[in-house]
Amino acid sequence: MTVATIDEVPAELVRGRGGGGPAPTRIVVAYGFWIFLLSDFIMFSGLFAAYAVLSGETAGGPTGRELFNLHHVFIETMCLLVSSYTCGLGALAAERQQRDRYLVFAALTFVLGAAFLFIEISEFAGMVKAGAGPSRSAFLSAFFALVGMHGAHVTSGLLWLAYMVAQVVAKGLRPNVLRRLLCFSLFWHALDIIWIGVMTLVYLMGAR
Amino acid sequence: MDGDDRVFDDRTPGVEQQESTANSLSYTVGLGLAVLLTIASFVVSQTNLLWPPGVAVGLVVLAFAQIGVHLVFFLHLGSGPDHTNNILALAFGVLIVFLVIGGSIWIITNLNANMMPMQ
Repeated sequence: MTVATIDEVPAELVRGRGGGGPAPTRIVVAYGFWIFLLSDFIMFSGLFAAYAVLSGETAGGPTGRELFNLHHVFIETMCLLVSSYTCGLGALAAERQQRDRYLVFAALTFVLGAAFLFIEISEFAGMVKAGAGPSRSAFLSAFFALVGMHGAHVTSGLLWLAYMVAQVVAKGLRPNVLRRLLCFSLFWHALDIIWIGVMTLVYLMGAR
Repeated sequence: MDGDDRVFDDRTPGVEQQESTANSLSYTVGLGLAVLLTIASFVVSQTNLLWPPGVAVGLVVLAFAQIGVHLVFFLHLGSGPDHTNNILALAFGVLIVFLVIGGSIWIITNLNANMMPMQ
């Protein structure tokens, strides 16, 4: 009677199909957080649907074509894309236990996210000042709800990032801290996916 | 002889192992593709490169391409056995998102078309 070792068993029988016992904690945690992110996407789909339906209802007020500044939108997009890149490189550094390298990339991620938020808030403030606040028309209500919800997510992402840096400094790159960092990376990258939808539906289609 | 005698390694929750397939090249490629697709979206929307009535379709296609790039290169969603559950959950999420957005647009367009004139 021969006993097969792990190396002789096809990988697909072992992992992910219940063949090899429970999955590693890292996989389970990432799956649970992925379910949360998908439910977040579904919440955003409601706001996207509201915007798509109401984008023409300007009630005689300003239209997207008059309000949107695509130069700012391009800079915002680049801030988010590069911050996703530095977030990914930071996650790699953390996995390799390079603490200082992680802190540098976390700082870059924070600065780029804050730059995005600064541009967005000054844009909002300018619109409200010009009489194009959320109460002006159904179009603007839907606009502020959708883009503002994405901005609120970026804000909470920045708070979470600062909290993660504090954990890395205080506790070191322990396995449980690394799993929280993995969840943060997933969250930050998911915000980019939402932003692609906002950029395309709200700004690029609205500014034509 | 084969099936039942196989001995699998006993994995328990809490056992950590380094099996990350990510490397910095993946992020760099992802960033490059994402930037290219973003620039393409802006060019398509600001010029008459595409037939004007088709611009919206072009933008949607570019957005889906970029979402795919983000899922593969940043979120590292793959076809490996560890990702089977993630992919299934994503498929269900995509279904719900399309039902909510597509259904809303469809129904409200119909309602608008059937509205009585304002005056």
